[in-house]
Amino acid sequence: MNAWLTVLKRDLLLAFRRRSDVATTLFFFLIVSSLFPLGIGPEPAVLSSIAPGVLWVAALLAGMISLTRLFAADFADGSLEQMLLAPQSLALLVTAKTLAHWLVCGLPVVLLAPLIGLQYALPNNALLVLVFSLLLGTPALSLIGAIGAALTLGVRGSGLLVALLVLPLYIPVLIFGAGAVAASQHGMSAQAHLSLLAACSLLALVLAPLATAAALRISVE
Amino acid sequence: MNINWFKYSSPQTFYPLAGKMIPWFAWLAAILAIAGLYISFAIAPTDFQQGEAYRIIFVHVPAAWMSMVIYIVMACWAGIGLALNARLSAMMAQALAPTGAVFTLIALVTGSLWGKPMWGTWWVWDARLTSELILLFLYLGFIALQASIDDPRKADRAGALLALVGAVNVPIIYFSVKWWSTLHQGSSINMGAAPKMAATMLLGMLIMALAFWMYTIAVALMRVRCIMLERERSADWVKELSLKSASRGKA
Repeated sequence: MNAWLTVLKRDLLLAFRRRSDVATTLFFFLIVSSLFPLGIGPEPAVLSSIAPGVLWVAALLAGMISLTRLFAADFADGSLEQMLLAPQSLALLVTAKTLAHWLVCGLPVVLLAPLIGLQYALPNNALLVLVFSLLLGTPALSLIGAIGAALTLGVRGSGLLVALLVLPLYIPVLIFGAGAVAASQHGMSAQAHLSLLAACSLLALVLAPLATAAALRISVE
Repeated sequence: MNINWFKYSSPQTFYPLAGKMIPWFAWLAAILAIAGLYISFAIAPTDFQQGEAYRIIFVHVPAAWMSMVIYIVMACWAGIGLALNARLSAMMAQALAPTGAVFTLIALVTGSLWGKPMWGTWWVWDARLTSELILLFLYLGFIALQASIDDPRKADRAGALLALVGAVNVPIIYFSVKWWSTLHQGSSINMGAAPKMAATMLLGMLIMALAFWMYTIAVALMRVRCIMLERERSADWVKELSLKSASRGKA
C-alpha cells in the first residue's frame, strides 16, 4: 500500500511539473467538441441531439491521445524496469499509475464536460447524467487504455497503433455512456445504462491491471 | 503404451505432417463446397417471403459463424502459446488471423448485399452488424500489432495477450442481439427450439459451414508452413529441406 501511494504521488507530482501535458488533453477535448457545431451548423435542436455521442467520443479521444505517455517516460529512464523488479505486485503499481493518469487526464475532462454540454444546449438533467456517466465510464477508458499503452511500448508508430488496439475495446463504454445521456434527454431513466457503465468499470478494474502487468512484462524484457 | 503428446508440437515434426494433411482438407473443402452450393442453389426451395434473394444466406451465415469461431480458436491457440510458451501455438494463432479477417469481411459484404433488397438499405447500425465490424477491427489490430513488432517471440506474446483481451468481446457480439434489439432479425437457428427453416435449407447451410471449416484448416496449415520456414530458416531441418528440394530441382 505504501508503494502504491508512493507511485501515485510520484506520478501526480510529475504531471504537476509538466502542466502543459494536462492542458494539451483538455484543449484537445475543447477543440474537438467545438469543431462539430462549426461543421454541422448552430441549430440547438440538432446540437442537443448529437451532444451525447459527440461529447463522449471527444472525451474518449482526449483520453486516448495521452495514453502513449502513460509508460513511455518510465520506460525511457529505466524506472519501469525497477517497478517490474519491485517486490510489490506489478498489477497493484499499475493501478496507481492508471489512477494518476485518470486524475490528470480523465477527471478534468469530466469537470469540463458540463460546460461544453451547455454550449450544445443540453437540458439540466441531461447535463447531470453526462457528468455521472463520464465519472463512471472514464476510469474504464484509462484502465483498458493502459493495456494498449503497455502492449505498444517501444513499438514503432505506437501512437497510431494504440488507437487501433484500444478504440474497438472502448465501444461498449461509449454505447452505454452516450446511451445514458440520450435516455435522460428523452425523459427515460438512465439507471440501466449507468449500472452497465459501472459494471464495465468494475470489470476493467479487476481484469485490466493484470493484463497490463502481463503486457509490460512482455514489452520490457 | 506411452504416447508422446508433444511429438507434433515442434515445427520440425509438424511441417511434414501439415504438408500431408493439406490435400485432404483442401479436397474435402472443394467437395463439400460443390455439394453445398448445389443444394443451396438447385434443391433448396424458394423462400415465400424473400424470394430468391435469401440464397445469400448460404454464404453469409457460415461466414459469420466462421468469423467468430476462428477468433475463439485463435485466442485459444494464443492462450496455449502464452501459458506453455509453445512456439507452434503462437504460429497457429498468427496463421489463423488473416483467414478470420477475410471471413468477417465476407460476412459484412454479403450481409449488406442481402440487406439492400430486404431492408432497402446497404447498412444499418444494428447491433450484430456493428459487432461484426468491431470483430474486423479486432482482427486488424491483432495483425497490425504482430506486424509492428520485429522480434517474432515478443510479437507472439503481445499478440496473444491482445487476442485474449479481445476474446472478452466475442461473447458480447453473440449476445448483443438480445441486449440491443433492433432491425436485425434474431438468430436463424436456435438451440433448443426447432429451426424455422426448411430442412434442405438447413442442410445446405450446414454443409457450407463444414466446407468453410475445411477451407480454414487447409489454408491455416499452408500459412503456418510458410511461417515455420521463415522463422526457422537458420535451423538445420530447414536447411536440409531446402538442400533436398534444390537437388530435386536439378535432377
